[in-house]
Amino acid sequence: MSEIALDTRIEHRFARLGVEGRAGLVAFITAGDPDLETSQAILEALPKAGADLIELGMPFSDPMADGPAIQASSQRALAAGQTMKKTLAMVAKFRKSDAETPIVLMGYYNPIYVYPGDAFLADAQAAGVDGLIIVDLPPEADDELCLPAMQAGLNFIRLATPTTDDKRLPRVLENTSGFLYYVSIAGITGTKAPDVSQVGPQIARIKKQTSLPVAVGFGVKEPQQVEALARVADGIVVGSALVRVIEDNLGSGEETVARVSDLVRALAGALAPEPVTAK
Amino acid sequence: MADTSQTARLNTFREGPDERGHFGIYGGRFVAETLMPLILALETAYEEAKADAAFRSELDDLLANYAGRPSPLYHAERLSAHLGGAKIYFKRDELNHTGSHKINNCLGQIQLARRMGKRRIIAETGAGQHGVAVATVAARFGLPCVVYMGATDIERQKPNVFRMRLLGAEVRPVTAGSGTLKDAMNEALRDWVGNVDDTFYIIGTVAGPHPYPAMVRDFQSVIGNEVREQMMEREGRLPDTLVACIGGGSNAMGLFYPFLDDEGVAIYGVEAGGRGLDSPDDHAASLNGGRPGVLHGNRTYLLQNDDGQIIEGHSISAGLDYPGIGPEHSWLKDSGRVTYVSAGDSEALKAFQLCTQLEGIIPALEPAHALAHVMKLAPQLEGDNLLVMNMCGRGDKDIFAVAEHLGMDI
Repeated sequence: MSEIALDTRIEHRFARLGVEGRAGLVAFITAGDPDLETSQAILEALPKAGADLIELGMPFSDPMADGPAIQASSQRALAAGQTMKKTLAMVAKFRKSDAETPIVLMGYYNPIYVYPGDAFLADAQAAGVDGLIIVDLPPEADDELCLPAMQAGLNFIRLATPTTDDKRLPRVLENTSGFLYYVSIAGITGTKAPDVSQVGPQIARIKKQTSLPVAVGFGVKEPQQVEALARVADGIVVGSALVRVIEDNLGSGEETVARVSDLVRALAGALAPEPVTAK
Repeated sequence: MADTSQTARLNTFREGPDERGHFGIYGGRFVAETLMPLILALETAYEEAKADAAFRSELDDLLANYAGRPSPLYHAERLSAHLGGAKIYFKRDELNHTGSHKINNCLGQIQLARRMGKRRIIAETGAGQHGVAVATVAARFGLPCVVYMGATDIERQKPNVFRMRLLGAEVRPVTAGSGTLKDAMNEALRDWVGNVDDTFYIIGTVAGPHPYPAMVRDFQSVIGNEVREQMMEREGRLPDTLVACIGGGSNAMGLFYPFLDDEGVAIYGVEAGGRGLDSPDDHAASLNGGRPGVLHGNRTYLLQNDDGQIIEGHSISAGLDYPGIGPEHSWLKDSGRVTYVSAGDSEALKAFQLCTQLEGIIPALEPAHALAHVMKLAPQLEGDNLLVMNMCGRGDKDIFAVAEHLGMDI
């Protein structure tokens, strides 16, 4: 199967992870949670704490595929006045000090649709965004945003789920680039924990049809899970657990950043390459 | 980007949606990948069921003997005389079993669920009329049922909550957002994503991802089809004017659809104008006060701010209090075939009282909005203008809310 190569930071990062012989940590936070300033500080702290890729959530009033933790984080961000323009500005500011860590914007279609879409793609590209994950745009709607995003040089990362069977998988892979996001459970974010014994064969099944890196997420919160999943996947996404740390540490901005960094460090620690045995 | 051009010239208003579920630019299937295979399976199952005479005859039998169809077409003589002008008929869908038009769709969908071998039913509800109808058909066919309902709506629609519980449904309060219909729909979608193997989601209105808008319209079209026949029998011709209230728009779509290609029939959809259309927080008129966007699986007119965040909206009627609208209505608005107007809270309350006093019919607050427009429209029409308003629900559930608004103790 031919792959779409756009020469993006995402592709470069997974190539480097391949050389290092380890899976990458994909850290999700919601832009503007709990407020713009703290969120910017968290964003900039993530790579230092060990995040290899960043998923930055674009807050939406009706996050239908998300569990309580990310719902609450979206609401905190919106209540603090977050907008799409501010989210893009966060990425632009981040890029001033970090030219390598890939940033994928994740969210729902409506705020992009009304931006409107073509202006959004231009602004996202200019801000230094590398990819998009839009939960409610299945392959059947590729002409909406996926194909224009590819033309704008952005990776469009598709979700595959336990309900994506072998017959449907080629459709999902067709215009996917950068990596594939395997949703480890049939459910919403931050609820059920994935069963590694089932995720492994599922990823193996997917890898028969693509050479794209496969990241796995939904329900991952502990270093032990990360360590186990790293044996079967190229990237591990942690989201709800991180925004829950934000929720539990709303006192001072510095404290929030420190606690989120602690968890990222612990999770990244589980991803160290296999120690090379001395010869 | 999406194609925003409208089809230039149409021979019919009744051929939508296309194979991808689009009515013009509206509709579609904007759902998470987890649900996509389910939606496609549902579409296939529905297409097969539609072509199966046994499915149709079982449904017809249930509609006749369980729901009590056909519902009467009633000449509201005193109201007509009082308003002066059009000859007003009510399509009496409030006389159906469970007290509203919602049963028409629920019987269709539960038959489909059984055909697909699904063992668990979920639904969202606003005013509780759809929830009651779902709980009813789930009881009738012995399937466990969970109804998601906003906490705010639970408070203002207590009688319906109790009815659902009596019928054996589990009513799960939704506190997310402002605790109304859109939040209940989000939660039902989340449930579905987590229970893909055994669960059938009975959506209550002509919205959601394809095939729901078309499927619910088809099940509700029994309303308009009956009106056609009944009016021919009564008056020897088709009606001149149709009026129905619109939240998501299922009762309206059911009345309008069979008449869309009859050029001489003027059609009015009445949205909830709440406290007025000036502030976006004060009404639920998606078509008159919103703009196109994507929510709950379809592109349609939505109440939203400049940043694409959904606004809750407001109406005295919990059943109209929804920031979206069925995509086919959006298309009918843009194409100009249907005229969409609004009626406010206080106008609906006046209509509620007038209907009760003149006709001895207590309407639900939802059709009271349609009636409020009839009060404006009928006096401008000639005496031979045959006007049909869909009395889509009865008002028993609303008496507590109305008493509160009128400052009366009960």
